[in-house]
Amino acid sequence: MTKQALKQPVRILVMLSTTFLGLLLITFLIGRVVPIDPVLAVVGDKALPQVYEKARIAMGLDLPLWKQFFIYISNVLTGDFGTSVLTANPVIDDILRVFPATFELAITATVIGVLAGIPLGIFSAVKRDSFLDHVTRVIGLFGYSLPIFWLGLMGLMFFYARLDLLPGPGRVDVFYEGIVTPVTGFLTLDSMIAGEWEIFRNAVYHLILPASLLGYYSMAYLSRMTRSFMIEQLGQEYILTARVKGVKEWKVIWGHALGNCAIPLITVIALGFGTLLEGSVLTETVFAWPGLGLYLTNSLLNADMNAVLGCTIVVGAIFLGVNLFSDFLYKIMDPRAR
Amino acid sequence: MREWLLADTPESSFQAWAGRAYLGLGAFMKNRLAVLGLLIIVALIVIAVFAPVIAPYDPVETRIGNRLAPLSSTHYLGTDEMGRDIFSRIVWGSRLTLYVIGLVAIIAAPVGLLVGTVAGYFGGIVDMVLMRITDIILAFPKLILALAFVSALGPGIENAIIAIAITSWPPYARISRAETLTIRHSDFIKAVRLQGAGGLRIITGHIMPLCLSSLIVRVTLDMAGIILTSAGLGFLGLGAQPPCPEWGAMTAGGRAYIIDYWWLITMPGTAIFIVSLAFNLLGDGLREVLDPRGGN
Repeated sequence: MTKQALKQPVRILVMLSTTFLGLLLITFLIGRVVPIDPVLAVVGDKALPQVYEKARIAMGLDLPLWKQFFIYISNVLTGDFGTSVLTANPVIDDILRVFPATFELAITATVIGVLAGIPLGIFSAVKRDSFLDHVTRVIGLFGYSLPIFWLGLMGLMFFYARLDLLPGPGRVDVFYEGIVTPVTGFLTLDSMIAGEWEIFRNAVYHLILPASLLGYYSMAYLSRMTRSFMIEQLGQEYILTARVKGVKEWKVIWGHALGNCAIPLITVIALGFGTLLEGSVLTETVFAWPGLGLYLTNSLLNADMNAVLGCTIVVGAIFLGVNLFSDFLYKIMDPRAR
Repeated sequence: MREWLLADTPESSFQAWAGRAYLGLGAFMKNRLAVLGLLIIVALIVIAVFAPVIAPYDPVETRIGNRLAPLSSTHYLGTDEMGRDIFSRIVWGSRLTLYVIGLVAIIAAPVGLLVGTVAGYFGGIVDMVLMRITDIILAFPKLILALAFVSALGPGIENAIIAIAITSWPPYARISRAETLTIRHSDFIKAVRLQGAGGLRIITGHIMPLCLSSLIVRVTLDMAGIILTSAGLGFLGLGAQPPCPEWGAMTAGGRAYIIDYWWLITMPGTAIFIVSLAFNLLGDGLREVLDPRGGN
């Protein structure tokens, strides 16, 4: 490998690690400025001064700040986010337990967003200012303006309370809970593996509303981006050449133009997936969906700092990972970037 | 008048400015949706200013005997679980919405402008350090970071504003830096420097004004996001505290009643939607007028 080729990955690695360190610094500082005394939370406010002092030293709070930060980094890197006050479990165990629920939701939403948003964006780019194009614009505009928690509640009100078409909050009906042994953590897959088709059906029904809700936001974003990418490509001269040569129109659009949109679209999909994790905080709260978002809000409301910061780090790290992944794909797929 | 405005050789800088403003206004008025957005925002401001006159009832006084009353001529939008008039609460809540977006913009935009122009003008190590910090905060999902800050500061509307402001400035810094980089080496900056102006004077007097138009567009477009984030914090119980008539918190209050009393959640949510839609429409319109490069 040449020196030049080595330089790139090293630079990315340096960028990534400084960003991650910055992320840890922010969570560390947030943890320090909490007005709640962490020692008091452990020993209780009736503790004798000696006990208090002992606990303070045991928790490492007498050390200089930089040393505490150093210990904090090594703890986080070994997967130790401390213990949750609320559940009394190590925070990392809690996060690993709830994360698949969020992942299942976000993946389903992304699939919905891609399947609906990209064709919508393509059609409105091809037929600009048509009725469909206006529909796409309205969908996009609403996606940027509707409060997600409210849309979720309205969905529950219509499809659950009024029409009784879909089940209420939760991941599965109460009497089905805890029957299937988690293998993948995806309830739909696990129930299939166990052959519990009744539970599978129930889980899918429960998934429909929250996943379409998040999928709508993903679709709004993706259709907008696809439209502008496609318009840019369709204006290029190679498209004209292809048409002049007599290539069929559908091939020009779905082959030539879309092919050249693939790389930026993958980046957009990856970044959109990160945004869905964020949207899942409010969605999971509305739908009582037992994932990372609900865990985060419950910890927030109970001032469970270790759990809150643990979730923040995990989500931040996933964001970084997604960014890196899309950068990496970009490098592989675009010959100009090599 | 029109001739004076559109003169090819304006005699004063004011005339030139007025002429450009006139053309911009014309282009803006053609965009009917943007005008609609502007009208809604003006209406919001009017409602907030005259809230005591417009609202027929006290927004926080509870009348248990009159709880969960449906829409009627005495209670236009019904009453909530404590018997409070929802219409009055929404009217008073407009003040909170304006308070939040106003303060976030006042805190975040200047900070971003300062960081971006300083980084862009001085370059080198200053640029590197400032942009690293900006990128680190940008790398975070906004809502999650705001949640972490609020959990540290404690719930409350002021803390929510601080948390949102801390997570909002990085894009402004990036925009200001990009603008600064394009004008840093232009001749008029060199001329000012030769006249002996220092860095501070060049940045505040000559660079910052040129960054303003793209910054205004971005801030307007962000307003919708700020409204949604603060309503989300309110919904989670981390923003404005009860009995404050904050729209997000009102939605949360109506959650337990969605089966029989639809108006409790429908009304405040619609208010949030209309206002953030208005800011999106206005922002899109402004982008076309002020910042044609940014459009698609």
